[in-house]
Amino acid sequence: MATEQAAENYTVEDLVALNPYNPDILNDLEKFVNEQVSSQTYNLDANLSLLRLYQFEPERMSIQIVARILIKALMAMPAPDFSLCLFLIPEHVQMEEQFKTLIVLSHYLEVNNWSNFHIYILCAGFEQAIQTYAIHVLSLTYQKVPRPVLAEAINIEGLALDKFLEYHATNSGWLIEKGGQSQVVVLPRNEFNHPELKKNTADTVPFEHVTRIFPVLS
Amino acid sequence: MAAPYDREDGMPPAPPPHAADAAYDPNYVPDSVKTFVAHLYRHIRDKNVYEIHQMYEGGFQRLSDRLFRDAPWPSAEAVAPYCDGDHVFLLLYKELWYRHAHARLSPLTAAHRAESWTNYCDLFSVVLHGVVNMQLPNQWLWDMVDEFVYQFQSFCQYRAKLKNKTEDELQQLKQFDKAWNVYGVLNYLQALVEKSMITQILEREKEGLEQFTATDGYDYEGGSNVLKVLGYYSMIGLLRIHCLLGDYHTGLKCLAPIDLNQQGVYTIVIGSHISTIYHYGFANLMMRRYVDATREFNKILLYILKYKQYHQKSPQYDQILKKNEQMSILMTYKHKMHAVDSDGKIVSSADFDFYIVEDIIHVVESKPTKSHGDYFLRQILKFEEMIGELEKVQLD
Repeated sequence: MATEQAAENYTVEDLVALNPYNPDILNDLEKFVNEQVSSQTYNLDANLSLLRLYQFEPERMSIQIVARILIKALMAMPAPDFSLCLFLIPEHVQMEEQFKTLIVLSHYLEVNNWSNFHIYILCAGFEQAIQTYAIHVLSLTYQKVPRPVLAEAINIEGLALDKFLEYHATNSGWLIEKGGQSQVVVLPRNEFNHPELKKNTADTVPFEHVTRIFPVLS
Repeated sequence: MAAPYDREDGMPPAPPPHAADAAYDPNYVPDSVKTFVAHLYRHIRDKNVYEIHQMYEGGFQRLSDRLFRDAPWPSAEAVAPYCDGDHVFLLLYKELWYRHAHARLSPLTAAHRAESWTNYCDLFSVVLHGVVNMQLPNQWLWDMVDEFVYQFQSFCQYRAKLKNKTEDELQQLKQFDKAWNVYGVLNYLQALVEKSMITQILEREKEGLEQFTATDGYDYEGGSNVLKVLGYYSMIGLLRIHCLLGDYHTGLKCLAPIDLNQQGVYTIVIGSHISTIYHYGFANLMMRRYVDATREFNKILLYILKYKQYHQKSPQYDQILKKNEQMSILMTYKHKMHAVDSDGKIVSSADFDFYIVEDIIHVVESKPTKSHGDYFLRQILKFEEMIGELEKVQLD
């Protein structure tokens, strides 16, 4: 068909930017999801477009593809991509076993429940993405994180962990110290783990601004 | 789909069917309507935007209330002689006709809804072909986009309620299966955005190479404002549709070319201002961007408080009040996230920091009021005392 030939000359990113509301691009978007998984790349806009098209053409929905989209979204944490994708998935589909599991996993990641989380390796690059997220969360919370806590969060122990620590000592500015019961990793200072560094204006809503609205609310 | 939204244009709900329906003659044109059509046609030809606006806001409402309380206006064929049978004018007349029907007629048949869809397709196609050279008031252009999205939503809800439908109605639905299809709706809005080149216009305006906001979107060089302004309002229309579909990320992307920190064409018509901020805030709330949502809700609620008295007579007043209520409710969700102290005063959690080193809790005040820290320490000491007491209690 003419449209399929024309589609080959455009990248998927072009298709999503120029002609997103078109069921003809559905197959291209599905292929693109598989490409993202195998080449460890990621494109939220394309995946949202596909989920949107699945809403309009429910008979063409592929549970496998949807699961892959959700896994890629998990790997994008702390970005809210997982819930964004979930908004576009009908409830009866979310009741399927695989999706229930994924939703539970996303919850574990939200609350940093690492002990239950690390049983699952879901696709190439998954573990690294989750480890990156774990380190991100730890550096917001800790100035000095004890070794056992770090180990549980990133699911690495023993010699492998030693190597991991060495790597980050050289490249990410980590310091390894002797703590009370175990080694302690000193993480770089940032505005979240050192309150003195916190900028007053940046992300906070000054209380005075909120009080102005009270007369209206009553 | 996301939660059902109510009517954007604030029209009262349709009254029950009337005996007058049976007596409706689509070809009967009262004299006041003949005058109305003739004058409106002339003003559009003369590009007299002020007069068009007066007739659109005032005349049409008054005649509807007086003569067509729960009946349709005369058919387009019947009024054609009073406007030279002008094709584009009749598309505009029918746009008003079907909007009135959606507000006042009950029940509204599938045929009516499908015809309205066809009319919007025809009207937008004419505009997209670039052959229109009239200037229309921004209020009307906003209402077109607003109503387009509303009728889409209304049709989806109508179609979903299949249980109470008669054979006849089900037949009609099958016959009009292309009406209000979601691809068509999205693609028309997208086409208006693209063909109008509104994104590029707004970009160039930032560099001083183009005038758009400065002229309220109107064209003072002999051209037409219709495509540009419809393209602009379609960005807001797309935000609304994506919110309805649950895709908040894409919705916000559609609105991205509009800078909400400044006045813009979106603030000229109050309905458009409120709708933009409401859906922007809602989308941010769903994406957990509470700071952005609160900031915008704050601004618009204060704005409404200041200016709503000036709109009491306008048809948009009900809509304004409703959105005001909805946003106030959403603001309380945001407030629930703040801690409340024992006096019931809201303590903003943003001001309270603590960190733990070994066994010591350090409380950091980023504001001069040390009372939070002291309060916290006092409560902790009380708590420890209480735990001590409890441990002494022997349970048999």
